[in-house]
Amino acid sequence: MMNAVPISWFLTLSAILFALGVAGFLFRRNIITVFMSIELMLNAVNLSFVTFSYQHKEVSGHLFTFFVMVVAAAEAAVGLAIILTVFKGRSTLNIDDVNSMKH
Amino acid sequence: MQLWLIPILPLAGFLINGIFGRRFSKSLVNTVAIGSVVLSFLWVLKTIFAMGDLNTSIEEHYFTWIQSGTIDIGCDFLVDRLTIVMLLVVTGIGSLIHVYSIGYMSHEGGYYRFFAYMNLFMFFMLVLVLGANFLLLFVGWEGVGLCSYLLIGFYFDKKFATDAGNKAFIVNRIGDFGFSLAMFYIFKNFGSLDFDKVFHQAASAPEWVLTTIGLLLMVGACGKSAQIPLYVWLPDAMAGPTPVSALIHAATMVTAGVYMTARSWVIFTHAPGAMDVIAIVGILTAFLAATIGLAQNDIKKVFAYSTVSQLGYMFVGIGSGAFSAGIYHLVTHAFFKALLFLGAGSVIHALSGEQDLRNMGGLRKKIPITFWTMVCAWVAISGVPPFSGFFSKDAILLAAYQHSPAIYWIGVVTAGMTAFYVSRAMFMTFFGSYRGKAHPHESPAVMWVPLAVLAALSLAGGWLFPIPAFLKAMFPAFEEAENHMLMYISVLAGFGGIGLAYLMYLRKPGMADSLAQTFKAPYQLIYNKYFVDEIYSATVVRPLIGGSRMVLWKGVDAGLIDGIVNGVGARCRDVGSVLRLLQSGNIRSYATWVLFGSVALLVAMGLLGGLPR
Amino acid sequence: MDVILFLIFAVVAVVCAINVVVQTHPISSALSLVGVMGSLAVLYLLLGAEFIAAAQVIVYAGAIMVLFVFVIMLLNAGAETKKGRSYLIPGAPLLIVFLGLMAYYVQRYLFPESAVVRFGGFTGGGPKDIGNALFTTYLLPFEVTSILILVAIIGAVVLARKEIE
Repeated sequence: MMNAVPISWFLTLSAILFALGVAGFLFRRNIITVFMSIELMLNAVNLSFVTFSYQHKEVSGHLFTFFVMVVAAAEAAVGLAIILTVFKGRSTLNIDDVNSMKH
Repeated sequence: MQLWLIPILPLAGFLINGIFGRRFSKSLVNTVAIGSVVLSFLWVLKTIFAMGDLNTSIEEHYFTWIQSGTIDIGCDFLVDRLTIVMLLVVTGIGSLIHVYSIGYMSHEGGYYRFFAYMNLFMFFMLVLVLGANFLLLFVGWEGVGLCSYLLIGFYFDKKFATDAGNKAFIVNRIGDFGFSLAMFYIFKNFGSLDFDKVFHQAASAPEWVLTTIGLLLMVGACGKSAQIPLYVWLPDAMAGPTPVSALIHAATMVTAGVYMTARSWVIFTHAPGAMDVIAIVGILTAFLAATIGLAQNDIKKVFAYSTVSQLGYMFVGIGSGAFSAGIYHLVTHAFFKALLFLGAGSVIHALSGEQDLRNMGGLRKKIPITFWTMVCAWVAISGVPPFSGFFSKDAILLAAYQHSPAIYWIGVVTAGMTAFYVSRAMFMTFFGSYRGKAHPHESPAVMWVPLAVLAALSLAGGWLFPIPAFLKAMFPAFEEAENHMLMYISVLAGFGGIGLAYLMYLRKPGMADSLAQTFKAPYQLIYNKYFVDEIYSATVVRPLIGGSRMVLWKGVDAGLIDGIVNGVGARCRDVGSVLRLLQSGNIRSYATWVLFGSVALLVAMGLLGGLPR
Repeated sequence: MDVILFLIFAVVAVVCAINVVVQTHPISSALSLVGVMGSLAVLYLLLGAEFIAAAQVIVYAGAIMVLFVFVIMLLNAGAETKKGRSYLIPGAPLLIVFLGLMAYYVQRYLFPESAVVRFGGFTGGGPKDIGNALFTTYLLPFEVTSILILVAIIGAVVLARKEIE
């Protein structure tokens, strides 16, 4: 028994990491920290994909994870560029100050 | 037999004059309007000759008007002896009055409109008279009420005229409501509104049903024929042009109630209670209106109250069971009352608009034709034998005596008062010295020729048209006991009235005023028409208007309905202003909402049966 | 043995994740995130995903997080100071409910029988297998992602360049 980890533990871990990512997204005010919480959420999802891939003994889950990583990279690049632009315009990294869409 | 031509010709006149009349010359308007009515009259004559011995009635069915469930009402016309009498009166006197109006209205604005309305009135009146079922009669009934409103308010820029039109229409409506209830009840009990079907079954219906129907029909007749308590519109209706007063409010429309009760004689003869009510209402109205007519100073108002009073007589005849006597008086009254009104119109026209008796006098030398024709009407209405009014009034009083002697005696007193006030009007207008300031001139031929025709009819109509004999076949046998004593008494009352008026207004001119001073309170009472209008206004009109304003307008309409409609709009706006908060522009709040949504999804998933295995 | 490994690295991952959320200075958060990624790489190895584990370390921790650190240094972002609106009150209960529901579903519905993970239980995650699938079944997504990366590069360059005066 010591050699085997129940699969549900992996998924629970994934859920906890995802929840922590959401918490970071909701409760932090620095844009970059928010962005990093998004990356945390993506990692949690990766973990659950790999877990399911193990359960079904398929490699498709790994491929999905691979693509998520690619997209995360692209997204990080563009997102950080956006943050740079926003910072140039407003000189603040407080997400609550980016509210010119507010009525 | 093409009966439909009789009403359609005036309708065509209305349409042509109404739509195109503005551009027509006066003579073209005249030709269309009078031509249509005269043609209608000629067609009536042709129908009579084609009918032969007049013992069978003709019915023509044109189309099915309403067919729904058990209701089956067609557009049917019926012509029997009663219809013929009415048709002749309506088209004949209508033609005369149309001719007269050419002269009277020649200086008035809205010439084509007047004739259009008059033709429309003729159409509706003919539909009323020709209808073979209650509903078609009601169509005509309502239509003549509409035309009365339009014509009374003809001078629409004068407030008293439009008010009078409103009053006529509204008071008539009350009568119409009674008529409608009667029709509903008739339909409920007899399953049809056709005259022949209803009257066939009425003979065997229970008495209380017939009494109720009779009383409800009477309410309708009270409205249209100006009996108590719905007579108040007729005196005010004098605000319309004089030909209107002559045609509608003397000869034809106000007699519609009498015609309707005579047509429904089957119902009434089996409901003696209703007949008693009719007779009592009739005599009370006759008496009351005659007392008011004693003190009026406007010549048209005198004749208006006289009309109300004479209509009361007709109902006394009907209520006493002498239906043909009532119709007889309808015919003779049409002659002499139309003549009185047209003559008054001629006087007014001669004096360029003066209507107050106190400003007239000594006109018999100045407008002789008008004078002599009105004398014919004067003797007819006073019941002087052997002229037309004597025959018809006598027939009614005899029948009344057989029904109830009290009614007879009140009728005799009323006859005396009738003679008195008409004589008073005649003496104040034509005798003595002229008290006014205008230059009296005789009316043109187009006006005095109809007067002459009507004068001849007023004098000779009694023997020329023996209506009771004519209608004997239609109505139940009514044995009139020949009682010469009664006849002498009523004639004496007539002469007494004339003599008293002669005394008070010609021999001793100041006597009238001194009597008025001595009996100040009664005089004020009748001069102010017993304050009936004021009483109605205080007890009925103002509470209704106030109630309408407070409850229906402010409460229901503005409060409830506007409240609901505006409330819906306001609630939408409120919901919107709450939903707007979702779009806060703040990223973190959006994220919170996304989280909330996903939690909701998860809960829903769990409740709906979990994940698939 | 596997259980102990799992527990150690799971705890490390969770602690680092908490640290990401809790730390005020972004750079500390970034470094904690690197720790999370590292522990996750070990867990991938446990699950037999060798290629993914390597990719995680090289791409994620080695490139993306480095990019993050660059940007933090560039912007000279300091510790968070201002106190703004707190979304704690609506957010925290929702999160707890969310977490609870996930855990409940996972325990109850997904794996009723004891499915377990053993190191070496799945050997199909090597580069050979990945490459096989990538260039046969998933060829289209592969090509599309290359375009995606191209677009991202162009976007980043356009957004971040200086305006020509």
